[in-house]
Amino acid sequence: MIILTGNDLETGDVVWWTGSGWSRRVADAAFVEPGEGPEQAAGIMHREMTSRAVNGAYEVDAEDGEQGPVPSHIKERMRAAGPSVRPDLGVQAEG
Amino acid sequence: MADWPRYRDDAPVNEPAVTLEAFLEQPEAVAVRIEPGADVRELVPHLARLKLIEVGFPAFKDGRGYSAARILREEGYQGELRAEGDVLLDQLGFMRRCGFDSFAPAEPIEAAKAEAAMDRWPHHYQKDAVGTVPVWAKRHG
Amino acid sequence: MATMYQYDQYDQQMVDARVAEFRDQVDRRLSGELTEEQFTPLRLMNGLYLQLHAYMLRVAVPYGTLSSQQMRMLAEIARKYDKGYGHFTTRQNIQYNWIQLKDAPDILDDLATVEMHAIQTSGNCIRNISSDQYAGVAADEVCDPRPYAELLRQWSSFHPEFSFLPRKFKIAVIASPGDRAAMRLHDIGIEMVRSEAGELGAKFFAGGGMGRTPMIAPCVREFVPVDELVSYSEAILRVYNRWGRRDNKYKARIKILVHETGADEFRRQVEEEYERMQPLDLDPPRAELERIEAFFAPPAYERLEDGYDTDDPDFRLWAQANVTAHKVPGYAAAAISLKPVGGIPGDASAEQMDIVADLAQRYSLDEVRVTHAQNLILPNVKQADLHALWQELEAAGLGTPNLDLASDIIACPGLDYCSLANARSIPVAQKLSQRLSGRERDLGELKIKISGCINACGHHHAGHIGILGVDRKGVENYQLLLGGSGAEDVSLAKITGPGFDEDGVVDAVETVTNLYLEQREEGERFVDTYRRLGMAPFKEALYG
Repeated sequence: MIILTGNDLETGDVVWWTGSGWSRRVADAAFVEPGEGPEQAAGIMHREMTSRAVNGAYEVDAEDGEQGPVPSHIKERMRAAGPSVRPDLGVQAEG
Repeated sequence: MADWPRYRDDAPVNEPAVTLEAFLEQPEAVAVRIEPGADVRELVPHLARLKLIEVGFPAFKDGRGYSAARILREEGYQGELRAEGDVLLDQLGFMRRCGFDSFAPAEPIEAAKAEAAMDRWPHHYQKDAVGTVPVWAKRHG
Repeated sequence: MATMYQYDQYDQQMVDARVAEFRDQVDRRLSGELTEEQFTPLRLMNGLYLQLHAYMLRVAVPYGTLSSQQMRMLAEIARKYDKGYGHFTTRQNIQYNWIQLKDAPDILDDLATVEMHAIQTSGNCIRNISSDQYAGVAADEVCDPRPYAELLRQWSSFHPEFSFLPRKFKIAVIASPGDRAAMRLHDIGIEMVRSEAGELGAKFFAGGGMGRTPMIAPCVREFVPVDELVSYSEAILRVYNRWGRRDNKYKARIKILVHETGADEFRRQVEEEYERMQPLDLDPPRAELERIEAFFAPPAYERLEDGYDTDDPDFRLWAQANVTAHKVPGYAAAAISLKPVGGIPGDASAEQMDIVADLAQRYSLDEVRVTHAQNLILPNVKQADLHALWQELEAAGLGTPNLDLASDIIACPGLDYCSLANARSIPVAQKLSQRLSGRERDLGELKIKISGCINACGHHHAGHIGILGVDRKGVENYQLLLGGSGAEDVSLAKITGPGFDEDGVVDAVETVTNLYLEQREEGERFVDTYRRLGMAPFKEALYG
């Protein structure tokens, strides 16, 4: 399954597509279908990047966890949480 | 009349620019187009008859055209030197200093913005193809 | 006042113009006038990356020299715009990990007030020029290399012809037979030398580098007169800009061009270009060199005697490891380790930066240096002050006595921060330093270098022991390399064999150091024993 991510253009924050907007919390992410349609992955990314609601959007493989989607790859889990060597920083520090 | 930024007083050359290969076989040709991988030094024996050299920038990240332009000016080429293709506002100043004196950007650039970009830098650290007085020469008058 | 280059009106106006230009570019990006694809090379040329967690800003520390005022500004930026810390890099720069795009022009404005910038700290252009952290104080130097690095900094700034190169381009300038800057692992390595007639000039190396295809730069010219450094550099860059590969990003560095062309043919092409450039008078006049050199004239040292009291055993430990001889009697260069055992290599908090600035002002004639090994140096400390300095460093958590020892590990940010990384580097460094610090004095000089991907920002090819993080089917895996060096005995490390997991590679490093302790002969460092014995016994110990 896939979810969508990118960065906030102004702040650089890592953000995830929720179905209606972008959230800093991966748990809020919505699974989307692949495809070019307006509510499918490529369509959403194109629209959101054109309006600059997000920068550099791309698809990420994810699984459905207890708290919501969990990215499959360690790199995306690191983006979602913050640096593993600084648990005091990033989304992971916000409880 | 070209509506792109041009820094020459003479009339724009409207002859079609032929490929380097074709040019070398056509003694009457006065306009040539150079692609990034070409060796512009092949043109050196023919510079006197050339009125237009168009240097293609198929992608703005490909900077070979800057060296092409400088070499042509170093070799004494006086004709129009046009940058064509993926030519962006933030590159105009560099291109101008390498000796380009006309620009045919794929996406139009407003003349006022082009002017502002050219005037962005109060000084330059290097000598260049347009006779800029470098900072070190200003320092030592 | 630190012994360093100071901007005149021209330099200041250039940096100010750059900030104004970047502010305009950021506005155009935020308004949508520029696409991300168009904006990316522009922001990169101002050191701004989009990294794993946010934008990352890399600030240039030209040839690694900072005044205390500049260090205070680095601390201020960490506090005001970031999360209270910065990371000193393997190219003597500092980077901030949590920058917002909208703040970037203001940060550059603040930097410009202390004659600093982020110009060309990224992108396919000539990057910030690195040098010897002991420049100006090293006993073995023929001259201070920094004036020539400054000359080339100015030449390479906003170069009209060389701002869209095939790939990034890194230059190092040193001036001693001892190489503390990994000079021959740069795109251009310059060693200032004197000719037999006593004339100052430079020996040029070209085509070195680490990354995917590590190469040691061959010498391309034994002697370039000091007044022709610019035109000779220009000749090399022109050959590279014209003929460097652009079809494959992994083959686009100059090392591939030199390798594929052959060093002799490359040299011939550069000579031909150099010859053509002679009539163009591209080089600044001697008066300009003298103007720059004057900034680096030795400061007013006092007349002192060598020698200081090392009765305090903890101080002695630190002094033995971290203090380096100075060319002036009674002075020393003191290293501030940014490698506390179990810490993050190269990170410094804003408070620590302020403390270092204060110590530099009081003890080191206002100067700090950044090393490619991610440590700091106070280059001008009176030997009589070393004990007092050490006590203050200790109190600030900056007194780790481990320079060039096993826990003084170079590590790139790795997967904790970097979007290019395949594996984490920092946790491996943390575990290794904890494992080895207890016996690092017995192990002697041991340079461990860790990269989280093939790009080799952690210089793993140049480590006595190198570690390369790779992604093996989505799991972090670490290859072990042995026998590299970035010093004057430059060599490239070789992979031992199959990789290890995170704990496995820590064990593996311990295994090879144990073998060294068993096999070493009098006076041998780890790398010497490896070179004498070869890979076989180490492989045997690792894989049985």
